[in-house]
Order: sequence, then C-alpha cells, then structure tokens
Amino acid sequence: MSDAAKVLRSVLLTVGLPLVILVAWWVLTANSTSYFNPPLRTIVGTFGETWFAAPSGEGFGESRFVHDVVPSVLRLLSGYSVAVVVGVTLGVAIGSSRALRAYAEPVLEFFRAIPPPVMVPILMLFLGIGTSMKIVVIAIGCLWPILLNTVEGVRGLDPVLRDTARAYRLGRVATVRHLVLRGASPQIVTGARQALSVGIILMVISEMFAAKDGLGFSIVQFQRSFAIPEMWSGVILLGVVGVLLSLVFRAVTNAVLGWYLGYRQSQHGGA
Amino acid sequence: MSSPASPASTAADHAVGHTGGARLSVRNLRKVYTGRGEPVEAIADLTFEIRPGELVCVVGPSGAGKTTLLRCLAGLMPATEGELVLGESAITGPPEGMAVVLQEYGRSLFPWMTVAQNVELPLKEKGVTKSRRAELVFETLAAVGLGDVAGSYPWQLSGGMQQRVAIARAAAYEPQVLLMDEPFAAVDAQTRFELEDLVRTLWKRLGITVVFVTHDIDEAIYLGERVLVLSARPTVVLEDVAVGLGPERDQLETRGDAEFARLRTHVYELVQQAKKGVRSLADAHLTHPAAVDAAGSPGTPGGPEVP
Repeated sequence: MSDAAKVLRSVLLTVGLPLVILVAWWVLTANSTSYFNPPLRTIVGTFGETWFAAPSGEGFGESRFVHDVVPSVLRLLSGYSVAVVVGVTLGVAIGSSRALRAYAEPVLEFFRAIPPPVMVPILMLFLGIGTSMKIVVIAIGCLWPILLNTVEGVRGLDPVLRDTARAYRLGRVATVRHLVLRGASPQIVTGARQALSVGIILMVISEMFAAKDGLGFSIVQFQRSFAIPEMWSGVILLGVVGVLLSLVFRAVTNAVLGWYLGYRQSQHGGA
Repeated sequence: MSSPASPASTAADHAVGHTGGARLSVRNLRKVYTGRGEPVEAIADLTFEIRPGELVCVVGPSGAGKTTLLRCLAGLMPATEGELVLGESAITGPPEGMAVVLQEYGRSLFPWMTVAQNVELPLKEKGVTKSRRAELVFETLAAVGLGDVAGSYPWQLSGGMQQRVAIARAAAYEPQVLLMDEPFAAVDAQTRFELEDLVRTLWKRLGITVVFVTHDIDEAIYLGERVLVLSARPTVVLEDVAVGLGPERDQLETRGDAEFARLRTHVYELVQQAKKGVRSLADAHLTHPAAVDAAGSPGTPGGPEVP
C-alpha cells in the first residue's frame, strides 16, 4: 500500500507542474481573440491534423511526422553520435597525455568560445545546405561539452587505481575499457547531457537558415505563412521530442552509471 | 563488522594451490626524486635479499621511504641507481607474477565492478580460461570469508572487507611475490588481527614470497620471519632482525611470548634511534640487550648512558 502511495506521489510530483502550466495556458487563452496567440484549444485541435494526417488521403507515410520530424531527429542522432565517438576518443587521448593536453588546450578553448550557430553560414559555403551540413553543425556543437568533460574525467582518475591497473599488468585496451572509460563515465555523461540540449537547439537552427524539410523548417514555414496555431503546435512537438530524448538519455545513464550513485553516497556518508 | 569467524576456510585448498615463491634481490638501490625544487634523496643505499617463500616485514620511522621502496619493487617507479631482481630477471616495469595490496583499499578496487569482477579482471588479462577464472574467484573469495558478497560492489562493504577483496584479488592472481604496503593501517584493531592471521594462512598455503611494509612494530614481528628495520631518509637498512617465533603464530600466545617482548623492545629501540638519525647499527645506542640470534649480528652491548 505504502509503495503504491509512494509511486503515486512521485508521479504527481513529476507531472504536477506541467499540468498546472497547461491548465493555466488553457484557461488564460480560452477566450483569446489575438491572432498570434490563439486559444490552446485551437492549437491542440490542429496538432493531430498538422503532424500526423496525410494530405489528400494519402497514407501516414506522407504525413509531416514522417517527412519533417523523422529526418530532423535522424540528423540530430547522427551528429550527436559522431560527437560522442569523436569527443570521447579525443578526450581520452588528450586526458591521458600531459604533453598533448598542453599542446591542444589553447586551441580547444578558442573553438569552444565560438558559438556553434555561427558555423552554419561558413559550413554552408563548403557543404551546401543539405543533410551533411546540418549533421556537421550538430556534431561540432555537441563535440565541445563531451570532449572537455571527458578530458576532465580522464585527468581526474584516481592515481591509486591507475597504479593498481599497472601493477596487475592490464594491457592498453583493457586499461582504456575497464579503467579510463568507466572511471571517466560520470563526467562523460555530464558532457553528453549538455551536448544533447545543444544538439536540439542546433537541429532547429540549422533548419531555419536553409532547408527543405525538418521540424525547425516546418515551424518557420508556418510562421511565414501565418499558420499560427500550426506554428504553436510545432513548438509543442519540439518540446515533446526533447522530453522523450531526455527520458531515453536517462534510461541509458541509469544503466551505465548505476554504480555511481551508491558509490557517491558511500563516500559522502562515510560508511 | 560482519567478519566471519574463520576467514581461513579450508574450502579453497584444492583450487588455490601451492604456487611457490621467487627470490627478490635488492642491490644498492638508490632513489632520488627530482622535480620542482631541490632533488630529494629518499633511499640512499639499500641492499637485501628475500629468499623464495619468505615472509619479510619492513619497518621504519614514518618518511623512511618504505612506500618508495615498495613502489620500486612493484615496478611502478624506476630506481635511480641499483638493481632490483625478481627470480632471474631485472625489474624494469610491473613484473609478471607479482601482486600488490595497497593501503588505500577504498581506492584500489574498481568501484564500478562487483567484488567478483574485481578479483577476475587481472586473471582475464593474464589469459586464464573462463572456467578456471570462475573457480579461482569463487575459491579465493571463500578463503577470505567473502563468498556471500561476490555480487556486491566494494563500496557496499566495510573497510576490512574491502581489504579482504584486495587480498583475494592478489591471491587469485597466483603470484610468486606479494607486496603489501601498510595494508591494515586504516582498518580497526580487531579486524587487523583477523587480517594478519589471514595473511599468514595464505602465505603458508601458497608458499609465496611476501614483502609486508608496515609502521606497526608489533605487526611486523607477529607476521614476519625477518624484520628489516630501515633508517630515516635517506634510507639504509639499519638491521635485519631474524624473528625466532616459529612457524605457528597465535594472536594471544605469540604476543604474550617472552621472545616477542624482547624483539618488540629491540625493534622499538631501533626505530627510535632511526628517528634520531642513526644510520648504522654501530652508532645505535641500545639500552636493552639486542637479539642474540639476530641475523649474523651479535648486537650492540647497550650502555646506560643513553636516555
């Protein structure tokens, strides 16, 4: 019984504030006659039709969800994956070598200071306005938080653990796999979480400059054609996509960092 | 503290067999730390030899370069001068057939691995087959009295239990030489007694060479067949004290033994002299008669002139 009550309580805590905001939005805009701020009722009413219905009786395959949302998310995931692989690989190398760190750090600081959106016009010159440009923009933006956090994580590895690994003659591969990556994983995950929000922003921005499909592209199209309820529904969908991605991220994190929570508690609790 | 009554269960006898020890020779070891500022000479000149299958304790005042010596022996740090030889080959990096147990048990176990995985990892790298690994992990954990927590994470265990895991990992590795750096400095006194007996038991069963560094004089005498007393830094060997307490040790009997008390007094005096900067036995002023049977040295006839 008390377990059920606990679950109920945590569900209420999680969905409480979103519910309050939705209800407030619903009530406050219920009688709105403003063209740019239509009632939430109207926005919700157009939601399904805008994104999931196919034009002129064709299948779901022709809906905006398949045409615009799926390509956006795929570009995001591609760029993000590239950033994770490159960021962690470079981060492990730079974090493990003092010389490499001294060599690379000033350059890293410089590139980190450049806001990734300004790369869009530059990359358009080289890569055009196609899919590859957008993936590269997302990858570059996501790279820095992952790379810099990985460097910090690798650098902060306990020297006693390093000695232990050496004394037991762990090979290079085993050391990276069992010591470096696992030991740095809390920081890597922190960087990956920051990168995910950066990636979503860049996914939209890269489509606003120049695109022929995508969620960001659709929202801008709606705005320019004064389809205001549809535009709002796109913003809501964007938020939903973000929430879903962060839920997936959290599930992965819990699997990878299950040990970390208990470990931290034991360190602070002085067990 | 959930330590079992009998840590040295006999269940493991057939799996963790007698692996035998190797000879460990240290010849004119010198270690100077260079870095920022003045170079520091930690070890001046150390020469000693540990026979295969011997359990030797190393004591000295704090800052006597005990840990430096152990890190050099483990191949974790290069010697500035001199030669370290394990068996037939010089130690230039972490050698094969050597296991270490460090003082910082909480930091030498991988917190993202379970107890069993911690014990198994070095075996994997060594190329031990999967079935043999499972056997070794099971048997060594049973031998240190941790058979029931194989699936736990190290940080879920008490300090003494964590150090048992580190000992199990070392034993499962089937080393010829086991190096222990103040392994029980951070566990409580009662656990320490149990762990000392565990080390003696494993040492006898495996027949390996053990070098046990400690700052605790009683512990050194209780455990060792010999006690190397080091001078203050820059370190030399002050005396190589033979411990004539026989092969069977018992926390009550042995510690109550007259010979134990005599050795304790002698080593204590040596360490006190070492703290004052005495660098050879000839310079040491001992107020109590030294060990008659101490490794080839008749001891110094102490005079009452020294406080």
